[in-house]
Amino acid sequence: MSIDKDTVKHISKLARISLEDKNVESLAKDLTSILKFIEKLNNLNTDKTTPLTSIINASLKPRKDEVKDGKIRDQILKNSPEKNDEFFVVPKVIE
Amino acid sequence: MSNFSEFTLTKIVAGIKKKEFTSVEVTNSFIQKSKNSKKLNTYITECFEQAIKSAKNFDEKKDFNGLLSGVPLAVKDLFCTKNVKTTAGSKILHNFIPTYESTVTKNLWSQGAFLLGKLNCDEFAMGSSNETSFFGNVKNPYGEKLVPGGSSGGSASALAAGLTPATIGTDTGGSIRQPASFTGTVGLKPTYGRCSRWGIVAFASSLDQAGPMTNTVEDCALLLQAMSGYDSKDSTSIDKKVGNYSSDLTEKVKGLKIGIPKEYRVENMPKEIDDLWKKGINFLKDAGALVKDISLPHTTYALPAYYIVAPAEASSNLARYDGVKYGHRAKGKNLIEMYENTRSEGFGDEVKRRILIGTYVLSSGYYDAYYLKAQKVRQLIKSDFDKAFGNVDAILTPSTPSSAFKIGEKSDDPVSMYLNDIFTVPVNLSGLPAISVPTGYDKNNLPLGLQLIGKAFDEQTILNLSYAIQKRANFINNFKIWWN
Repeated sequence: MSIDKDTVKHISKLARISLEDKNVESLAKDLTSILKFIEKLNNLNTDKTTPLTSIINASLKPRKDEVKDGKIRDQILKNSPEKNDEFFVVPKVIE
Repeated sequence: MSNFSEFTLTKIVAGIKKKEFTSVEVTNSFIQKSKNSKKLNTYITECFEQAIKSAKNFDEKKDFNGLLSGVPLAVKDLFCTKNVKTTAGSKILHNFIPTYESTVTKNLWSQGAFLLGKLNCDEFAMGSSNETSFFGNVKNPYGEKLVPGGSSGGSASALAAGLTPATIGTDTGGSIRQPASFTGTVGLKPTYGRCSRWGIVAFASSLDQAGPMTNTVEDCALLLQAMSGYDSKDSTSIDKKVGNYSSDLTEKVKGLKIGIPKEYRVENMPKEIDDLWKKGINFLKDAGALVKDISLPHTTYALPAYYIVAPAEASSNLARYDGVKYGHRAKGKNLIEMYENTRSEGFGDEVKRRILIGTYVLSSGYYDAYYLKAQKVRQLIKSDFDKAFGNVDAILTPSTPSSAFKIGEKSDDPVSMYLNDIFTVPVNLSGLPAISVPTGYDKNNLPLGLQLIGKAFDEQTILNLSYAIQKRANFINNFKIWWN
């Protein structure tokens, strides 16, 4: 299967990455070649195989439901490109 | 002043403990060497002033209890370091200063080491040549035109050039072992769960694992011991006792059974790689190990499965870079446009390709055909190893299908770049430990490594076998310094 220019535009929309038109064609070519490579898997019958869900056979350890940190708003906001005293600031969402 | 770059990590630690020299002397020596080696482009962030302060503190306190007492270490810039910029080689994190420390680096510091600097890597660890870094490609000490491998290319190059006594990297599909092989150094990917992933910039969470990169197998055992361990902050880390890898290291491998998988003898493999493999087999036979042929029938499907699983997980992990919480932010007329422009400006080409492939294979209508299929194939690859390990204690293969290639040689064709990881990827898909140990040279005098794959949590056996190879190979890095 190949990935055409419209598909590239569609998935870039899903992935929230804007693309310039001049890049769409070369991306379509690259993604198609990667997809052709991936599709080698179709040569293998996996009807009777169960999918792997965990590589190490260990069950997750339950932990106590307790707050171990918190009250670190300043730290969380520290790296934000735009913020005020308490909040992240983003372009207006509601008119 | 001694040239500490010629010392192993083990020797430096011992020397500091015996007061033969001080942490400040050691630190100054590596700083000087690093300052003279800018042409290699290994550092993204230098922490030299802070390192000297830490060394002075150490010398005053003389706390010799740790495994890494008084040792300066530069680390891959994928580990979050408190109050020190952490970029993951990406424009989108070019100004990110974590307010916390990754567990693995914290473990190193609690053993007496301190930070020397942050080392260049492929953007978000996606690459096999260090060419995808926003901060420019790293050069290999073996030649100005050669890649150091990737993604831990800055780590491998800095280590080989003697700019840090040892270092740590991360390995998602070969990112420790392949650059180790390309630079004549030792690199180990531990069992999935051996080291905590907490505080490491995530690429593909079911495959990522941090590990040591060192000049010798002894150093590798020491550093692995220092960085490993359970961490309640990483629910996939495993609560299993960390071995005394360093004190238990032995070259006595008599009677161990070593598997040689026929599927790794790939088409068009250079004769010198095959010869190197035979050399390794003979070394292990000489050490008393028993060598037998084995089969890992699904090997050929590992790389295609990896290029579904890894991009799928990456597309999900990298959704967090939205220009709101941290990192680069672009302008946009509305929120969605701001997201789209931020990610378009902030990510490089290879990262975009992988996010798009990942988004595609996870998108509605394609999930079963790609992602689920890949997880089934992953199960088959893992069962190949499970079966093999019923009969053998470790598996010996080449680390890479070639020696270091030229900068620009593969960057136009993503798939040809991916093929570089053909021998390393199956190990990540199966969660197993593996090490690359330098064993010889190719006809152009470039280093080549052999890979030993072990049973889950049996790092000790592959370290011991590597030790036996090291003793017999007598490998020495013999590049001429061109970058001063």
